Amino acid sequence: MPTHGSDNSPILRLERLTKSVSGGRTLFANLDLSVRAGELVAVTGESGVGKSTLLNLIAGLDRSDSGETWVDGLALSVLDDDARTNLRRDRIGFVFQAFHILPHLTLARNVALPLALQGVPAKAALARANEMLEAVDLGGRGDEPPSNLSGGELQRVAIARALAHRPALILADEPTGNLDPETAARVLDIFLCQVRQAGAAAVVVTHSESVAAAADRRLTLTAEGLHGRHAP
Amino acid sequence: MRPEAAGGLAARWMLLGEWRAHPARVATAVMAIAVGVALAFAVHLINASALNEFSKALRTVNGDADLQVRSASPQGFAESAYPAAAGVEGIAAVSPGVEFAASVGAATGVTLIGLDPLRAALVTPALLSAPTGGQAAPGAEVFDPDAVRLSPAALADAGVQIGGDVVITAAGITRVFRVVGVLSAAPEGRKLAVIDIAAAQWRFGQLGRLQRLDLKLAPGADADRVSEALRRVLPVDAAISNRQTAGRRSDSLSRAYRVNLQMLGLVALLTGGFLVFSAQSLSVARRRPQFALLRVLGTPRRALMAQVLAEGAIVGVFGAGAGLAVGFGIAATALRLLGGDLGGGYFQGGRPQLVFAPVAAAVFFGLGLAAAILGALLPARAAARAEPAVALKGAGEVWGAPGRISAWTATALLCAGALATTAPAIGGVSVFGYLAIALLLAGGVTAMPWLARLMLTPLSRRDLGSAWAMLAAQRLWGAPGQGALALCGIVASTSLMIAMAVMVTSFRSSVTEWLGQILPADLYVRMDGGGGLDPQAQTRLATVPGVAHIAFRRTTSLSLSPNLPPIALIAEPLGKGRPTLPLIGRYAPPPAGVISVWASEPAARIYGLNTGVRRRLPLGPRGTLVNVAGVWRDYAHQQGAISIDIGDYERLTGEHLRTEAAVTVTPGVAPAEVARRLRAALPPASAQQTLIAEPREIRARALSVFDRSFLVTYGLEAIAILVGLTGVGATFAAQTLARAKEFGMLRHVGVRRGQVVAMLAAEGALLGAVGAVAGIALGLAMSQVLIHVVNPQSFNWTMRTQIPWVLLMGVTESLVTTSAGAAVAAGWRALSADAIRAVREDW
Repeated sequence: MPTHGSDNSPILRLERLTKSVSGGRTLFANLDLSVRAGELVAVTGESGVGKSTLLNLIAGLDRSDSGETWVDGLALSVLDDDARTNLRRDRIGFVFQAFHILPHLTLARNVALPLALQGVPAKAALARANEMLEAVDLGGRGDEPPSNLSGGELQRVAIARALAHRPALILADEPTGNLDPETAARVLDIFLCQVRQAGAAAVVVTHSESVAAAADRRLTLTAEGLHGRHAP
Repeated sequence: MRPEAAGGLAARWMLLGEWRAHPARVATAVMAIAVGVALAFAVHLINASALNEFSKALRTVNGDADLQVRSASPQGFAESAYPAAAGVEGIAAVSPGVEFAASVGAATGVTLIGLDPLRAALVTPALLSAPTGGQAAPGAEVFDPDAVRLSPAALADAGVQIGGDVVITAAGITRVFRVVGVLSAAPEGRKLAVIDIAAAQWRFGQLGRLQRLDLKLAPGADADRVSEALRRVLPVDAAISNRQTAGRRSDSLSRAYRVNLQMLGLVALLTGGFLVFSAQSLSVARRRPQFALLRVLGTPRRALMAQVLAEGAIVGVFGAGAGLAVGFGIAATALRLLGGDLGGGYFQGGRPQLVFAPVAAAVFFGLGLAAAILGALLPARAAARAEPAVALKGAGEVWGAPGRISAWTATALLCAGALATTAPAIGGVSVFGYLAIALLLAGGVTAMPWLARLMLTPLSRRDLGSAWAMLAAQRLWGAPGQGALALCGIVASTSLMIAMAVMVTSFRSSVTEWLGQILPADLYVRMDGGGGLDPQAQTRLATVPGVAHIAFRRTTSLSLSPNLPPIALIAEPLGKGRPTLPLIGRYAPPPAGVISVWASEPAARIYGLNTGVRRRLPLGPRGTLVNVAGVWRDYAHQQGAISIDIGDYERLTGEHLRTEAAVTVTPGVAPAEVARRLRAALPPASAQQTLIAEPREIRARALSVFDRSFLVTYGLEAIAILVGLTGVGATFAAQTLARAKEFGMLRHVGVRRGQVVAMLAAEGALLGAVGAVAGIALGLAMSQVLIHVVNPQSFNWTMRTQIPWVLLMGVTESLVTTSAGAAVAAGWRALSADAIRAVREDW
């Protein structure tokens, strides 16, 4: 498995990031953050404080009012929509609370989607997808439709998809939020294991105590910024 | 690597996955385009084939003459024009001819041509043929005054053999001829008979008169200059035509009819485009989270747009391809069953051969593809605009928040449509009239969200008493764009159907009323096929017992322009005052010494023969100055008609022959009995080809011809409605399935299955009602354009609007029921899915 940022420079760096919402309310101001390869950061905070917005800013889906975001050495503010789209395609993997598995594609094709978007030939993409399904304990089920799967299984497919194209940065928004505690624990194990194996940097937005506890660093988002401590 | 190229595999997976998941929806869209292309292409093929046949026939009848001089009226022009024309510089040869409408044996509608064989051999050899019968020396029977040559069609209809005798009736005179040969070069289906010119003039009372001169130009002579020189030496009642003017004349005969059918075909295609739009919009709305995911995963906006456009294009390719094949089949069947004029009665003669038109095929394929791509364009833009972060949140209103809805675009389109109705026709085709209809349609459809909101606002504010009714009204009110999408196809097809239905009903009721006005007598006599009543025969008929009064008429033709088909000249006893014609507008009594004529509405519109206009008509060698005393309503002669008092006509032409009569029966005598006696009093040779009918028979026959000519229209309408209703069904199915999650939630909070179904039925019925109201309103507006702009501009007649209330109520009722039924049917399917899974699933 290749690792990213072997020179130990941060994969993700936020500098004096400020964002307000319509109506002028400032969500957060002058936010700084740096995440290195292989490091998993949990961001917690009250609902509405702007955790998801923070993820959207990092992914280039939203624009900050001021400040800068670097992903794998690229400053987002100078990238146009297409360049940011390509950045997401090539260097970022996503895990959502609501899974977002396409219902009309097989599991393997769902997982292979990021590779297909990169132009990887179908055979190679599907081979890698099956490899990833194996890694999330869904080996041999690549040809099944998503309708056969439980919530936990669907989220494991989503994890496989997030890592299929070996991104430098993983962004996860409440990855266990839709799952019962038992399933959540299992999915979290697989998620952590896969992220660490991939050596990617990861930012996980969560309300879950167990997810936060498993992270390398745990930060709390407030209007004043990110406050945090290293995980014990 | 370019992202589009790189994402090709992903796009393919997405496309295939979507189509595998919803094959019926794709099939509906393909079908909608296919129906449109098939109808438009079929109508075009039929028109093209019929015109091809028609112009082929025309070429043969006119022979190979470079120029032709034709008489303005069947009475012909003075023979002295022949040597005068022959003396014009640049003319190499002139072949004089006489021409009559005739019946030959049992064959009616035959063109009888008298030619000088030696002159014709130089100019129109196709109208001659070597006498068959083997042994006769060529030319031996050429000057035989009793010999006739028949075209194959005339020979077959006449029921004679070569060498046999046949009775020919023309100009009211009956003579016996011997069939000596076949005109092998005559076009299929065309009934021609050729005799010697001297025999024709002498035996049919045409001494000194000619109907045509066929001219061959000297090598290098300029046709325009020769025409100019000819015009100076020819009498006023002779007009020059060439192949172009002859072609234009035949084209203008049926152009309006053909254009109208073509427009109907294109309208079907337009409806198909709307259905693709509706289907694609729903599909895009439903897949908004999927598109958002693809954006998050790194698909560029334009790749998403390209994907939706590609979906539309593929629908277009399959739809248009299938449409071409089906259209060819329809054209072949229609030509076989209805003939080249699709029952319109414009082309006589044989069945045209179907001609495949590769260029037209390419054009209609392109139109189908364009309709599908245009239909997908707005949804594609919507897909590309999707904000990934919002859509992926899942909680957001998938259909967009119920904000303010602007009616500006719709108002602008409707105003532009209203403006287009004021523009004149171009080349006899109501281009702007059709543009106005298209703009009104687009405006009406664009106004749907606003209109839906407007109509549902009172409902949304009222306490409806039950939860499900409240849910239905609130949902439609809150998402009017979605409701409008469902209605788009149905409003388009309903409004077009209503517009056509109102126009046809108005037309039919105007024709019925008109038939009542023009048929006041008890019996009508009409002689077909060259027959006529000379003064003795007229006296015989007038003295038949039971005849209280008889008014004789002579209908003939008069050519007012070489580019246009001749108009009908109707000579009848009109008297000196205001006649009994169904007049429109004012009456202008003529100044002393000027002859009055009465122009039919089409004649007034085509030739500017409005009330009070004074014009020189080509009656008599120097023409005759006439005053248009009034304009009358006429639906019988589309090319126009002029009525003139029979006394004036006789003075101008010296003709005493009559072709029609209106009989008033003595009270107490049965009209049928008088009809029998009249028939017995007719000249025996003409009796068979004479029609004697009571007004009700004529009315019934006229209306059946009317209905037949609108048969294709009804067919096209029915198909448009069917496509529209299919669209409604598909739309509801799509929307309802997309709402499985909502139903699951409702079931969770304690709404019974039956209540959900009731809610859906209410939604469907409400949507259907809104669609019916909008479709009918739009249709009524478009019908006014058809009645007051398109019909006068295309056919030169006007009519009074008559609204088919029963049909409107039927449409409303069936739309409401169909929509409710489609919604319920789709709802049952959605409800049968597991409610728990529905809530858990995201899409």
